[in-house]
Amino acid sequence: MKNLNKSTQKLIISILVIVVLYIVMAVMESTGNLSSLMSGLLVPVCAYSLVAIGLNLCVGYLGELSLGHAGFMCVGAFTSAFFSKAYANTIPDVPRFILALLIGTFFAALFGFLIAIPVLRLSGDYLAIVTLAFGEIIKNVINVLYVGIDSNGLHVSMKDMMSLGLEPDGTLLVNGAQGITGTPRQATFLIGVLLVIFALVVTFNFVNSRTGRAVKAIRDNQIAAETVGLPITKYKLIAFTISAAIAGVGGVLYAHNINSLTATTNNFGYNMSIMILVYVVLGGIGNFSGSLIATVVLTMLPEMLRGLSNYRMLIYSIVLIALMLFNWAPDILKFRADHGLTSKTILGKIKKTKEVQ
Amino acid sequence: MKRKMLSLGLCAMMTASLLVGCGSGNTEGSAENVETSGELTWRIGGIGPTTGGAAQYGQGVMNAIQIAVDEVNAAGGINGYQISFNFQDDEADPQKSVNAYNTLKDWGMQILEGTVTSGACAAVSAETYNDRIFQITPSASSTSVIEGNDNTFQICFSDPNQGTVSADYIAENGLGTKIGVIYDSSDPYSSGVYQNFATEAANVGLDVVATEAFTSDSKTDFTTQLQKCKDAGADLLFLPFYYTEGSIVLTQANKMGYAPTMFGVDGFDGLLGVENFDVSLAEGVYLLTPFAADADDEATKKFVATYEESYKDTPNQFAADAYDGVYIIKEALEAANLTPEASNEEICDALISEIQNVNYNGLTGEGMTWNDKGEVSKDPKAVVIKDGGYVSVQ
Repeated sequence: MKNLNKSTQKLIISILVIVVLYIVMAVMESTGNLSSLMSGLLVPVCAYSLVAIGLNLCVGYLGELSLGHAGFMCVGAFTSAFFSKAYANTIPDVPRFILALLIGTFFAALFGFLIAIPVLRLSGDYLAIVTLAFGEIIKNVINVLYVGIDSNGLHVSMKDMMSLGLEPDGTLLVNGAQGITGTPRQATFLIGVLLVIFALVVTFNFVNSRTGRAVKAIRDNQIAAETVGLPITKYKLIAFTISAAIAGVGGVLYAHNINSLTATTNNFGYNMSIMILVYVVLGGIGNFSGSLIATVVLTMLPEMLRGLSNYRMLIYSIVLIALMLFNWAPDILKFRADHGLTSKTILGKIKKTKEVQ
Repeated sequence: MKRKMLSLGLCAMMTASLLVGCGSGNTEGSAENVETSGELTWRIGGIGPTTGGAAQYGQGVMNAIQIAVDEVNAAGGINGYQISFNFQDDEADPQKSVNAYNTLKDWGMQILEGTVTSGACAAVSAETYNDRIFQITPSASSTSVIEGNDNTFQICFSDPNQGTVSADYIAENGLGTKIGVIYDSSDPYSSGVYQNFATEAANVGLDVVATEAFTSDSKTDFTTQLQKCKDAGADLLFLPFYYTEGSIVLTQANKMGYAPTMFGVDGFDGLLGVENFDVSLAEGVYLLTPFAADADDEATKKFVATYEESYKDTPNQFAADAYDGVYIIKEALEAANLTPEASNEEICDALISEIQNVNYNGLTGEGMTWNDKGEVSKDPKAVVIKDGGYVSVQ
């Protein structure tokens, strides 16, 4: 372990923590100690974690603020759910889910790539605004998309269900605003955890690879990187596409955990994009494990606060503000440093007590 | 390194214990309307949006169920057992709705009266189907809610029912020759009714000259849609959406000097209660509703009086549907002669067969019966607004 480099050590620790958490949860669930609410939240948490990891790659390493990641999640969710529903009776469960996963990831990556071409010519606030718009476009297009299948093949319409002209034996796969109903429910906590670990491995390796270093160099100083001869557009495209693909994986997981998939502002609109950005910022920009922790805490929190009835919205916001201040406000950081309340000193203290023992 | 790992592991354990602790502690439930005493009670759960854009519907349903539960409890409960009621917010979002459902399951829910909105309901009914919990929804009118689920029943009439009945009614009574439609393409309810209306309109030979859509992101200005309908010469507008947007459409049409016959569906119920809305504009508007808050019968009067006294608001038809729901559950449970000791599965199976024998007279209809698909048999009734009140037309 000692002769591995620091980032690999960090990765291994993160994965071990996730595995330990998984085992704890799995044992709790099998012994019936886990409440239904908790076990129902496990898969969504994994899904949001994946999107947060994807966005963190974009924000933390590419250095570009994207407000459209929920859109990529949406693409992944709808393409995979569409596939799963269309072939629900023709392909057995396991290969179908694997194919759905690949398809969802591929289409999210494709959209990420296509959107990145115009978007990455912009920077800073402009890029944020354009990605925001793309996220909304994706959501709105899906809301007017009608797809049905019958003996004559696939029918697509952007107008309404009637113009599909389905035969009586046909089934409606995507029903506009009513979305996709009846996606087979195949996402499990184990799959979620495996995908999160996989995403972590991919991102950790990516940021420490040759390409990753180039991406970081571009983030830190684009002009310098250009002078050295790095093809800026190529590296930016790669990073953005991977980021979108990981968000798409999150979407696949989300879609296969719920029977009724609709694209609303709350689940795939700008609200969700900003929510995911909050996970990333609170967890620490460029810190993948941090994003995971922030996602878990912030997804669980509103559900934990159900006991407070409608006040939970208020409390949730206040907790969010307090957490942000605690983590990032300069005065509070100084106060924490003075009083030995930084995570480093706390960890150090734990270590010391161990040594004393 | 070892120590660091250990401390990290400990951290992980602590986080896990935090989560788990919260989970099992959740049985305390929420909301002021939860009874947590140890005695054996019927546990009826409700789910609906009490925050967010659709909050008014969820609030209405929650309040109405509470009124009905209080009445039933005061009258001795069901089969001698009191009812506990727990209502959870879902913000009209499918995922949140499933979370709310899981919360209720942890609370020990035996029967679910919900959810209020269609999209969320489809997600939850898949869960209740797996868990064998009986579900009756006051207001989720989409067919996707009951399709393939033998345990889900509707109190409201379904989307196909409304769309088809509207088209038939317009054709039979010759209300309009050129029809314009404006609908919310981002809303399952609105687009569901529209789809069925358009299908039936083609069958009965109605001439639909303009079909305009809006989305939930742009529901404050309808001048473009109205102008297009006006240019197409529509003399009747079919408006399958909720009354909040309805009041805006009516106001803006009036400003444009455009006065076609307006035909709304059940979402228009509540139109007369919109604040700062000139009620005279609603004169002559047709809508489908099973419930009128100013009806003369004894039951409606009592319900409306209690509701207004407790919540300072006039109940709409969703509230009335929800109120009926509690009594329908009561009737079915009494017919099945069950006690709360029965398992959820027993209750579910018994209610599925009993509810099909129920013939219920309630606020929202006389002689309601249910088929095995989960649809209610009541017919949508068209009313027209006259002198600030509903007048039924037949």
